[in-house]
This record gives sequence, C-alpha cells and structure tokens, in this order.
Amino acid sequence: MAHAATQDHHDDHHSAPKGFFRRWVMSTNHKDIGTLYLVFALTMFFIGGSFAMVIRAELFKPGLQLVQPYFFNQMTTMHALVMIFGAIMPAFVGLGNWMIPLMIGAPDMALPRMNNLSFWILPFAFLLMLSTLFLPGGGPSGGWTMYPPLSLQSSSLAYVVFAIHLMGISSIMGAINIIATILNMRAPGMDLLKMPIFVWSWLITAFLLIAVMPVLAGAVTMLLTDKYFGTNFFNAAGGGDPVLYQHIFWFFGHPEVYIMILPAFGIISEIVPTFARKPIFGYKAMVLAIAAIAFLSFIVWAHHMFAVGLPMGAEIFFMYATMLIAVPTGIKVFNWVATMWGGSMTFETPMLFAIAFIILFTLGGFSGLMMALVPADFQYHDTYFIVAHFHYVLVTGALFAIIAAAYYWLPKWTGHMYSETWGKIHFWNSVVWVNVLFFPQHFLGLAGMPRRIPDYNVAFANFNMISSIGGFLFGASQLIFIGVLIHCVFFSKKKATDRVWEGAKGLEWTVPSPAPHHTFAIAPIVRDEELAHGHVED
Amino acid sequence: MGQQQDIYYVPSRSHWPIVAAVVLFLTVFGAAHWLNAEPGDSGFGKTVITIGAIGILCMFFGWFRSVIRESLAGRYNHQVDTSFRMGMMWFIFSEVMFFGAFFGALFYLRNYSVPWLGGDGHGVLTHQFLWNHYAASWGAGGGNGPEHVGGTFGTVEPWGLPLLNTLILLTSSVTVTIAHHALRAGHRGKVLIFLGVTVLLGACFIFSQANEYMEAYRELNLTLHSGVYGATFFMLTGFHGLHVTLGTIMLAIIWLRVLAGHFNKEHHFGFEAVAWYWHFVDVVWLGLFMFVYVL
Ligand code: HEM
Ligand SMILES: [Cu+2]
Repeated sequence: MAHAATQDHHDDHHSAPKGFFRRWVMSTNHKDIGTLYLVFALTMFFIGGSFAMVIRAELFKPGLQLVQPYFFNQMTTMHALVMIFGAIMPAFVGLGNWMIPLMIGAPDMALPRMNNLSFWILPFAFLLMLSTLFLPGGGPSGGWTMYPPLSLQSSSLAYVVFAIHLMGISSIMGAINIIATILNMRAPGMDLLKMPIFVWSWLITAFLLIAVMPVLAGAVTMLLTDKYFGTNFFNAAGGGDPVLYQHIFWFFGHPEVYIMILPAFGIISEIVPTFARKPIFGYKAMVLAIAAIAFLSFIVWAHHMFAVGLPMGAEIFFMYATMLIAVPTGIKVFNWVATMWGGSMTFETPMLFAIAFIILFTLGGFSGLMMALVPADFQYHDTYFIVAHFHYVLVTGALFAIIAAAYYWLPKWTGHMYSETWGKIHFWNSVVWVNVLFFPQHFLGLAGMPRRIPDYNVAFANFNMISSIGGFLFGASQLIFIGVLIHCVFFSKKKATDRVWEGAKGLEWTVPSPAPHHTFAIAPIVRDEELAHGHVED
Repeated sequence: MGQQQDIYYVPSRSHWPIVAAVVLFLTVFGAAHWLNAEPGDSGFGKTVITIGAIGILCMFFGWFRSVIRESLAGRYNHQVDTSFRMGMMWFIFSEVMFFGAFFGALFYLRNYSVPWLGGDGHGVLTHQFLWNHYAASWGAGGGNGPEHVGGTFGTVEPWGLPLLNTLILLTSSVTVTIAHHALRAGHRGKVLIFLGVTVLLGACFIFSQANEYMEAYRELNLTLHSGVYGATFFMLTGFHGLHVTLGTIMLAIIWLRVLAGHFNKEHHFGFEAVAWYWHFVDVVWLGLFMFVYVL
C-alpha cells in the first residue's frame, strides 16, 4: 500500500501556495480554512463586544443616558446574534478544522471544497445581517429569540431570516464535513474509543447541528411567511399560536446551547490532562456523559417557556428532564477535578483558563439548576438572573475554553511561544473583571430587574454601575489578548518545540511546530501510549 | 470503516465555493430587498434575485462539471466515495429535520392550538373572553381559526388527485430501484427506460400537484391565507413539491449521464445519491398523504 495522499497541485505539497486569493479564498486546506474561521470569529467577537459596551454604557446609570430605547434593543439583539452565530460557533468550527485532522491523523477534512464554502458563506451572512443597522427601519430589535408578534413588526426581518438561513447552510455543511472526517478519515489504529475527547465532543456536536439547524430554518421561515405571505402560524385569529414559535425555536435553542458548550468540554478535557500530567480520569464516562447530555438536550426545551402558560404536565416533565442534565454534567466536572487530583500540575495560561472554566462554568450550571425549578423560575424568568446564568456558561464557559484552546495550540499553529507573562496578565484581568461584570447581575435579577430594558429603578443603580465597570474593564482586557496574539504570530522569537508542553500527548504533537501546510499525507501509526488518555480498557 | 487508508485524494483549490457564496448572497439579498419594496420601487430587488438565481444555476453546473470530470478521470477512490456517501446521508437527515419542523407545527396547531382556542383544556379563558362563538374543528369548518381568516374554504378530497399522486410516487420509487438493479447488472438500455419512466412520473406528479393547487385556489377558496389549515397545507405540500421538482431535475440529469456512459457497475454514486433523495421525497409524501390529506 502506498501511504500517500495525492495532491492535485504538487507545487503546494509542502508549502502554502503563493498569492493571497489563491491561498485564502480558493483554499482546500483545513489549516488555512481553520485560520479563516478563527480570524472571522475574533473579528465578530470584537464587533459583538462593542455592542455590549453600548449596552453597559447605557445601563451605567438609571435613566436614559446615551441611546434611544429602540437602538438599545437593536444592540441587545445584535449582540446575541453576533456572539452566538458569529463568534462562538465559528471559533469552535475553526478549532475543529485545525485540530480534528491533526488529532486523528488525517491528511485533511473529508470534503475540503465544501469546507471552504461553509466558511465563505459566513462573511456574507453577517454582511447581510449587520447591514440592517444602517437601513431606514434599523436592525432587528425583538431579541435574538425573535418571538412573534414583536419580531414581525420589524422591516429588517427578511434580512435577518435570510442571514440565518445562510448561517444554517454553513453550519450544516460544516457539521456534515466534520462527521464524515471523523468517521471516514481516521488513521489506522485510531479506534473510536481511542479518539481524543475533543474529537468525540465535535462528533456529537456535529450531530446536534445537523439535527437542529434545519428546525431553526423552519421556524424563521414561518416567521417570514407570516409577515410577508399572509400565513397565520403564529396568529391566534387564524388558529395559530405565538407559543408554537417558542416551541420550535427552543427545540433548536436548547440543543444550540449545548452546541456551544460540548466542544468546550472537549477542549478542557485535552488541556487538563496535559498540565496535570495524568491521563484523563474516566475516559469512557466522559464520552458517555457528552452523549447523554446531547440526548437530554432534545427533551428539555420548554424550560425556556415555563412562564408562558404551559399545561401543568408539561411544566413538570420539563422540570425533571432539565434537572437530569445536571447528572452527566456533574460527571464531567467530577472527572476533570479527579484528573487534576494528585497530578503534578503547572499553571500555564491555558491551564489557568481551563481551571477558571471548571469553577465558573459550574457556577453557571448551578444557576441553571435553580431556574429549572418551575416555581422558582416564575420569579427568575426574563430577569438579569438569566443574563447572569447564560453569561457564566457562555463567557466563562464557552469563551474561556476557546481562549484556553488558542493559548494551548497557538505554538503548534505558529511555531512560536506566546508571552507567558502577558498571557497571565490577560487571564487575571479577564477572570477578575468577568466576575465583577456578571456576578452582581445575579442579585439584580433576584431583586427583579428585567432583562432587555434600557432604563431601571434607581434601587438597582449600584449593582449596575459595578457591572458596567466590570464590563468596560473586561472588554479592555481582551485587547491584551489581541496584543498577545499579534506578538506571537509576527514577532515572537521563542521557537516552540514539536511537543510544546511537557505533558502533551496525542498525534497533533508529533508533527513539527509550526504544523506544515500538509500533514499526515502518510497515515501515522497510532500507539496507545501516545494518546492523551493512555490505555483504555475494553 | 474505511480504515484501509491508502491514498486520500485532497482536491485542488477551486473558485466554486466563493462563487457559490456570492451568488447565494445575491439571491437572498435581492429577495430581502424585494420583500421590503415600497410601491413604486425600481425593481432593484428582482433584478438582483434574477442575477443571483442564474448565478446559482451556473455555479451548480460548473461545480458539478468539475467534480464529474475528476470522477471520470478516476481521481476518487473508495474512501472519497465513502465521504460522499456520508455527506449525502447526513444532508438527507437535515432535510428530514426541516420537514420535521413543519410537521411538528401541524401537530401542534391541530391538536393543541385550535382546540385551545375553542375552549379546550387551559384555553378556557381565551375562548370565553375573545372568541366565545368559535367552535373549534380542523378542516373546512374551523381550520382557519376563530376569525375565519381567508373566508370559508373547502378541503381537497384525498381519494382523488392525492391518491393518484401517491400511486405515482410509489411507482416511481419502484422504477428507480429497478433502474438501479439494472445499472448494477450492467443493462444500460434497461436503466435508461426505467430511469426515464421515473422522470416522467416525477413530471406527472408535479403536473397533477399544480392542478390541485389551481383547483384549491379557484374552486375551494383554499389558499395560503386560509388560517392555519391553509398555511400548513401549502407550506408542507409546497416544500415537498419543491423537493420533487429538484429531484426530478436531478433524475433527468442522471438520465443524461447514463446516456453519456458516466456510470459503470461499481461506480455510480451520483445515481445512488439521487435515488436516495428520491426515496426520501417519497417517504415525506406518505407522511403528507396521511396527515395532511387523509386524517
Ligand atoms: C446544568 C445545565 C443547565 C441548566 C439546568 C440550564 C437551565 C436553564 C433554564 C431553565 C433557562 C431558562 C430560564 C428562563 O428563561 O426563565 C436557561 C436559559 C439559558 N441557558 Fe441554560 N441551563 C444549563 C446550561 C446551559 C449551558 C451549558 C448553556 C450554554 C452554553 C446555557 C445557555 C443558556 C442561555 C443562552 C439561556 C437564555 C436564553 C434566552 O432566553 O435568551 N445553559 N437555562
Ligand atoms: Cu435550555
């Protein structure tokens, strides 16, 4: 057997092609496309972040300060849409693109041209969505959940719906690609139960994506026809029901939040063993827990609708089902801690972010559990308590994991070490200010401050001011991240070794740093002791 | 598991993805503009949609042409074939979920929202305060909601055209399978006949569906505006009809490719992918026939 991947263009067998357009726009290379995704996500992170700054500036003091309420609502809506679909999800896809082939010993993604299309749809989708801010009627302002009838009043609806269709197409193609890569492209000896947990988490996430993005597409299509083509899906006069939209949306929406956290689980499961210098504790339990969470995520959607007036039986079912998710999630947290237990730990920047993830994500899980209780949620629903909950799971959860991953794999991508000092400065600033930003929001919510409102009772003034200060400083801290990235990519003199981290295991560390343009053209031989989780009993 | 990884074919760079992204963008941008057009609009939106749509056609043509060329040149090995198969299977799964959203809406509207509006279950108060004259039912009497949106309408009789359509699609599923067996046995003539019949049956389906729509609009006053009954009826059958149309076009292209001798006994993934798609469309129809027409 000839162990070699054929390349159509032999000239770029070893090095990247010359010419900007040929290299980046026409690419079929998983590393270049991964980089594109990551750069795009970073850009969107700052655009979405600037919207958040507007929100926190307005909420700095009670009373209308800076912007009109209508514009404020556009900011909250756009902030969520940009962060979810533009920053978090593309960042995970970018990491998957870069790392999955390297981790399973594949020469590239299974369907490289479709991979490129998945990426290039995104900038256009966001062009379409962001352009609405400059249209006469303004951008969408009914919240990222786009509940009718409110969302039907906005003239930007068509733009947003089509943008979501495009993002859906992109995500579905990306997910199909990842599944095909994982199932079809593994090096000999890389059995399913030997795959790194990051790969496992992406396999399951990809399944979730293919299952729910079309449902979102269906939901927003019904919005479109209700507004422009005279259907009555969500109009009670014609027999419809606005609550139907919420059911369909959250059937997508809850799996969606797991789409944004499962790859993060995968990342943490790679980083913790490396810096604890121990194999992951309970590999199989970790994999099964991810699968269990994914399964449960399909039967808990109505916990977002407890206060809308559901039949009692539904409230009870969804309450218990939601609380069940805490079990597999608890298994994961336990196993990360057990992995660290007795390890010889060091605390480089990726590990710091990973540990912060474990603690703060768990906090977000606890507030989730509180909201899962129907009678309690009647009080919490649509208050700042929810805002605190999902920012703990999404910012200190998903985003911290992405940042941890960036620090962890940056030396492999660039061949240089980042500045550990500045990485730590970035970390401590982030972790302090993020708590100043979001922790007081729990109190605000419990005291009854509603979300998505530009003005508030003076009784909430102090905590809001604290939160805003935290927000500005957290935002500013992320500029440090940009500095560290630019320094590492363009200026750092410190060469990275192939292994990079003393305790790092897995195929991705066997290739040179920086990873050559094409890797594993010859399929590697997988040895058990090389894998991060060591030998797994059958 | 495709683990005998001898040579994996990593395709060359291509300009088709970026072309695809641009034409998709133009189409939806034009459509959004058109939907928001004020009276006296210059027709800018429509122009952009047209350019985008033509672009999409050209893009599909060009992209598939290059893939077919590479395939005929023998570039694709077994592993690439498996990737393609998985891609198609998961694509069909995503389509299943898309239809699932609309079927879900149908079940919810029919079993919950309409009865609730009629005072059932926890809808008592809505009924009392808002529409206490409304006697909820599905179909002609109350399927357009308490305000009888769209006016009195009639429903399509299932045992006429819809039954015929069911028979047409079931038959076409059989003929495409016969064609597949013939292809594997290497009888090209037989393939052409049965695949050709499948294409014709697809066309018949579209034709009779179009007739049904005309009858619904002209004689039954069943329209997209007929409350939730009309909405679910036309959205479900409409999206299905769109898929049948696409499927028929794909079958016709495969027919031309068989004629051109692109397939042999072992290598005919293009054929199989379209056949899978056709079966999927068929199964969706069975669901429609049951839940939209009969029940
Ligand atoms: C133990 C696990 C979790 C539980 C029990 C839980 C529970 C809940 C509940 C009950 C709500 C609805 C509250 C309301 O609107 O009244 C909610 C909202 C939310 N959760 Fe969680 N959650 C969990 C984990 C997560 C994770 C991991 C994420 C994302 C990474 C997440 C993201 C969100 C978001 C974004 C919302 C707000 C959606 C909106 O209304 O805009 N949750 N959660
Ligand atoms: Cu949820």
